[in-house]
Amino acid sequence: MNLRELTTLLDCQVVWGHDLLERRDVKACFAADLMSDVLAFSEPGALLITGLVSLQSVHAADVADLTGILYVGGKTPAEQVLELARQRAIPLLTTRHSMFDVCAILREAGLKPGCKD
Amino acid sequence: MKEPEILYMERFRILHNDYEHGGDAAASIKSILKELGIPQDEIRRLSIANFEAEMNVIMYAEEGEMELQVLADAVRIVLTDRGQGIPDIELAMTPGYSTATPAMRERGFGAGLGLPNIKKNVDRFEIESAVGVGTTLRYAIFLNDRPRTEEA
Repeated sequence: MNLRELTTLLDCQVVWGHDLLERRDVKACFAADLMSDVLAFSEPGALLITGLVSLQSVHAADVADLTGILYVGGKTPAEQVLELARQRAIPLLTTRHSMFDVCAILREAGLKPGCKD
Repeated sequence: MKEPEILYMERFRILHNDYEHGGDAAASIKSILKELGIPQDEIRRLSIANFEAEMNVIMYAEEGEMELQVLADAVRIVLTDRGQGIPDIELAMTPGYSTATPAMRERGFGAGLGLPNIKKNVDRFEIESAVGVGTTLRYAIFLNDRPRTEEA
């Protein structure tokens, strides 16, 4: 599915990246609050699902070539995080669903784990 | 052996506790390598290593300098920091071993995967450290299977 469809599925708010959503296809996801794990184990092109709304979440997604970030549990990133995402062209979504629910819903919808090793 | 020619070099300064800019050096290097036409997979591996290494300086050292050297068949990084150093490198290289503070963990770091993950992502990795002085990392990714410049 693309990020627009995912936004509908999970009642997401789009923090940044409206124009990119249709063009970003998601086949796999990686869920973690530890950026160390994202850097060590995520697969390129995966969607990052996280509760960590820091600048480092965007940097991690950028260096690991992830397709976007979905912040769970109703957390919203600060303005400077949004600004960095804009510079790096990484769409940011938020949802009120918990990490567990998000993962379950996306797995049910056919998405795969975006992990390597 | 003759030192290979460095085609491009740039240095990036990294400061202790500067979380706000943590990732900037890695991002700048990523843009440079993209412009130079380095393959995406190689850029990803090096960028992950660079981000980990950069965060290590921010979290554990006083200050550091990341030097990018682009050669014809390899991309090298030399990261020198001034700081507390690492007393036991073997221990620091053990996945899961960490001396991180809660502040570092709050930002999603400190899982004890940093140095092992740098090593995993690069083709050559060396580390030297002196307690109370600082640490130097030298690592590289190869753009060919057996780069002549990296054989020595």
